[in-house]
Amino acid sequence: MKRLLAYFARHAQALIGSIGALTRTPLASIMTIAVIGITLALPAAMIVAIDNVMQLSSGWEGPGRISLYLKRSVGDASAQKLADQLRRRKDVAKVDYISREQAFAEFKKQSGFGEALETLERNPLPTVLVIHPASTGETQTLEALEHDLKKIDDVELVQLDLDWVRRLHAWLGVIERAVVIGAGLLALAVLLIVGNTIRLAVLSRRDEIEVSKLVGATDSFIRRPFLYSGLVQGFLGALLAWLLVQTSLWLLAGPVQELANLYGSGFNLGGLDSGGSVSLLSAGALLGWLGARMAVGRHLRAIEPQ
Amino acid sequence: MIEFNQVFKRYPSGYDALKNVSFSVETGEMIFLTGHSGAGKSTLLKLIALMERPSRGQAVVNQKNLARVYRWQIPYFRRALGIVFQDYKLLHDRTVFDNVALPLVVTGVPHRDIGKRVRAALDKVGLLDKERASPVTLSGGEQQRVSIARAVVGKPTLLLADEPTGNLDAELSEEILDLFLDFHHHGVTVVIATHDTHLISRARKRVLQLDHGELARDTGART
Repeated sequence: MKRLLAYFARHAQALIGSIGALTRTPLASIMTIAVIGITLALPAAMIVAIDNVMQLSSGWEGPGRISLYLKRSVGDASAQKLADQLRRRKDVAKVDYISREQAFAEFKKQSGFGEALETLERNPLPTVLVIHPASTGETQTLEALEHDLKKIDDVELVQLDLDWVRRLHAWLGVIERAVVIGAGLLALAVLLIVGNTIRLAVLSRRDEIEVSKLVGATDSFIRRPFLYSGLVQGFLGALLAWLLVQTSLWLLAGPVQELANLYGSGFNLGGLDSGGSVSLLSAGALLGWLGARMAVGRHLRAIEPQ
Repeated sequence: MIEFNQVFKRYPSGYDALKNVSFSVETGEMIFLTGHSGAGKSTLLKLIALMERPSRGQAVVNQKNLARVYRWQIPYFRRALGIVFQDYKLLHDRTVFDNVALPLVVTGVPHRDIGKRVRAALDKVGLLDKERASPVTLSGGEQQRVSIARAVVGKPTLLLADEPTGNLDAELSEEILDLFLDFHHHGVTVVIATHDTHLISRARKRVLQLDHGELARDTGART
């Protein structure tokens, strides 16, 4: 018990000592912490941004639409009959019937090829049934419906209008992966920043280390204040990163709200939740400790009493 | 306390600092290592303090075969030693008190005992009133006395000194010698490397003379 207390006392001493050492060189400490903060803020902000886009786009998948392009050989009557058949299905809420003539007229109006289209001998467009599924947008039931529709003889092509949402998600997946890679590189940068700071600290305390070794200090005793110094710098850097991200979100919240309102969306910009905040802070502290550990391990051995 | 058996030391540069050195020092003995500069005095002390390793031969210090003391054990080995240098090796960014307290702090002596022991050591070297001073404000003789206080505060069984009076005048040197004689009388084994012949003749103790890395003369114990 007594030894355990002594152990904690030594660690508390080293922790307080390392904070004291940081305040003795305030400018250098602030610079290091700022660099770590900005380095950590970048990936944290990216992750928050992706979370928000994911949250926003999850609402879009809802009432997807399926366009059914019928074969040109299918006449108006049988097309109408097919539409009625589909309307009776439980998973179909509504079917819009767009006849070939309607489609042609609309295309002529919208495409601006009006005159050119006049020269065509016959209407090249098929009849289209636009199906509004009843389900609330579960991708799986939509796909089942799509599968059924494809089996109908009169159907030339089934187009699920979800494709662009899927593509967006694929893009988000790519970006997310890129952010993870970027975050890895930036974590490495934090290791190097802390490592370099600690290396300079070790070199500037060369005499002290040498004398301590002469009077019987163990490596772990000599290492301890440097490790705490790295840990504290990493933690404070992460705290700064947290503040940067939260402040940026706070600044963005108003305009985003306005934008969302214009689109009639109830979207709210989400920030770092408690889990994310804890992860960020502990990642910073861990990276600081690790960077210090790497630097101290290498340089401590080199300093031997002469 | 110290037993050297055909010890050789060759530095990586190829320089032979010690050649076939054998001697032994009893517990509580006081000896002087002497010889011209470069004769191997400092190397011998460094081997005893495990700052260097012998290239060949067997060395036993404080019942420990030095070849079997691994790197991680060196700190614990050194805690039984007190070492005094010609350049004092004091830390100038802290007070005399903190300099002397260092061996106790690194070995985890409880805080309440540190003050007592540091003051006892400073009292011994006559610098009790200087505990709050910075080492730079002290004279050379005082600085060396601080470094001696630091060397003995951990109650070592073996005291090593490398040219402890090298930077001091005759009068101050004698004061320093008296301190070492006092520790010797209290049962501490003392090894002093010096070429100060005045000091050696005044102390009238055993002398080991090195010449180009070889043991040239051993006067044997003198009382």
